[in-house]
Amino acid sequence: MKPNDVILQTVTKVVTFIILTFAVYLFLAGHHEPGGGFIGGLVITSGLTLLYLAFDIESVRQGVPVDFKIVAAVGVFIAVATGMGSLLFDSPFLSQTYGYYNLPIFGETELATAVLFDLGVALAVVGTGVTIILSISGDA
Amino acid sequence: MFEGILLICLFFLSVSILVGLYRVIKGPSMPDRVMALDTIGINIIAGVAIFSILLNTQDYFDIILLIGILSFIGTISFSKFIERGYIIEYKRDY
Repeated sequence: MKPNDVILQTVTKVVTFIILTFAVYLFLAGHHEPGGGFIGGLVITSGLTLLYLAFDIESVRQGVPVDFKIVAAVGVFIAVATGMGSLLFDSPFLSQTYGYYNLPIFGETELATAVLFDLGVALAVVGTGVTIILSISGDA
Repeated sequence: MFEGILLICLFFLSVSILVGLYRVIKGPSMPDRVMALDTIGINIIAGVAIFSILLNTQDYFDIILLIGILSFIGTISFSKFIERGYIIEYKRDY
């Protein structure tokens, strides 16, 4: 008998967007509210895990054609590069700065370089988490 | 007064979690345990909500959504393991 996952797959197609939106919210809220790169990356990982559960590794690889080992490496590189970037401005390693800018839609917004470091952390967490899940759970 | 009501709610949620825990420990079959764990997760969500009202803070609202997502994914992976024997397959042949 062929397995029938139509309810799970239909729910997954809706819920994954909610989870990923929540992950982006957590990532951007990390400066002033609970959240940040680590938990944002973990929520992205759980959304991808839901995709892997409802579909299979090969289909998700066609939809998200990314090697997650490279994602982890790029994340660590971004985190180190934002630290090295402060050396260009005669500041100690990993110095952070921020400023207020007038953006088109959001109005006056505080932009901090800590977001770039958080982006590196998030990419490293996503890459590590998905790589672990794919390594230990694939049946091939 | 209001605090007392919230504490009573927390007490009954704890009782509900204990009943679910009894089903997790005693449950004769694995689906019983999975359903009991799902119910415990929902009760924990309610507990966090009441707790954040009690502490008069909004910082735990993210936790509520997070526990919901994790409980959902955990229940689905447990169910798939019970039904199929594997959790993530490499290539579907259907």
